[in-house]
Amino acid sequence: MLRLVFVKPTKGKVMRKLIFKDIQDLIIGSLGIVAFLSFFVGGVVSIQTALNIENPLIPKNLVGFATRQSIILEFAPTFMSIILAGKVGSFITSSIGTMRVTEQIDALEVMGINSVNYLVFPKIISMLLLPIVINFSMFLGILGGYAATIYGGFSSSADFIEGIQLDFRPYHVVYAFIKTLVFAMVLATIPSYHGYYMKGGALEVGKAATVAFVWTSVVIIVLNYFITQMLLA
Amino acid sequence: MITLNNITKSFDGLQVLKGISMTFEPGKTNLIIGQSGSGKTVLLKCLLGLHQIDGGTMYFNDRAFGDMVEEDKRTLRREMGMVFQGSALFDSMTVLENVMFPMQMLTKKSESEIKHAAEEVIARVNLENAYSKLPAELSGGMQKRVAIARAVVMKPKYLFCDEPNSGLDPKTAIVIDNLIREITQENNITTVINSHDMNSVMEIGDTILFLKDGVKAWEGSKELIFNTDNAAVNDFVYSSNLMKKIKQAHT
Repeated sequence: MLRLVFVKPTKGKVMRKLIFKDIQDLIIGSLGIVAFLSFFVGGVVSIQTALNIENPLIPKNLVGFATRQSIILEFAPTFMSIILAGKVGSFITSSIGTMRVTEQIDALEVMGINSVNYLVFPKIISMLLLPIVINFSMFLGILGGYAATIYGGFSSSADFIEGIQLDFRPYHVVYAFIKTLVFAMVLATIPSYHGYYMKGGALEVGKAATVAFVWTSVVIIVLNYFITQMLLA
Repeated sequence: MITLNNITKSFDGLQVLKGISMTFEPGKTNLIIGQSGSGKTVLLKCLLGLHQIDGGTMYFNDRAFGDMVEEDKRTLRREMGMVFQGSALFDSMTVLENVMFPMQMLTKKSESEIKHAAEEVIARVNLENAYSKLPAELSGGMQKRVAIARAVVMKPKYLFCDEPNSGLDPKTAIVIDNLIREITQENNITTVINSHDMNSVMEIGDTILFLKDGVKAWEGSKELIFNTDNAAVNDFVYSSNLMKKIKQAHT
């Protein structure tokens, strides 16, 4: 299937339109849920950290430090990708699967159009913008942590800001973006595969979306392990 | 013209088409009829190249499909139009966009030329007032008309229709049948229609191929089908009470 994504491409003008539409559906359409989840999960991470610091010898800036590390290293790139496997992945599988069920993919093939390129390529290109979403998630996660810490009275603003600057390694952000790009490919291709090759009717579209979500999540978790081992260990 | 010579096709060891030979002529509406499971849709999908045949040869105006390289097959597909059973219109596109789509994808015409050509075809199927409607906003009959417009906008040499009347009321079904026949005659298209609707047979069956269990059981025209001695055809044609009564009245 991957070979077909890149051979016999669709006309540039049509493809541009498809890419912009998919950016709207997959990327811009996900910003709301990403913002909501990131802000509150960032807040919870900082509260949990603060509540578990009982030893007065541990500096208060640890709340900001732990929040930043959790958000940048794992929450934003990995867990946000898994959440997007539910939102974006299901959308991709069900939209392509519905086209399969209603013979729209056959219609493309009969016209002599490479349906795999037409349907999957714009999704892959759109998902390459995922690092921007994850960047946004990192920012809002830390902001949520800051708000929860300050308004919860767990630490001072100065301590939190000192914490998020403490021992900051830009490479961690690079690592997060590298794995985000890998996850973006997974998010675009596995759900597309399950949608494109599904058989049956409306019920099977739902089943295919579920199976696609499970496989996407599993592959993301396993790849996360290997990428972390390769880049950080 | 399409000529089929001894076409066979199997799925998982089950032979669905057992040596079909037939000629579909241009300017005529050629019907493939038969019960569900008789192999009609498989034969149609073989003609479209969506299924690869196991044996036999298919000729499209003397060009053997089996001898074609991929580029030739792509060219041939651009000479084909298809009306799917469920219309298969693109959900996210309006009527005008659906009809413009094949030309946008496959020709180098300017946007205004494409729009003009699409508007002409939409007018031909009497849907001038539905340009900006989405498929979900159309009735079944209107969807079929858009599908026909999309299928013929590239001026195909071959038009294939998979049960174009399914889900339509008898009056709308006749409108669709007649529209297909008129377009076929106007453009001298080789039209192949897959149907099990006897009304269609009576309306537009210039040439009829009757399939039974993957075998060609009978071939003829609408004039001949009601007087044939073929037991399988009679069993199919006169299966409904309406047709039985027509036969009684006739005899």
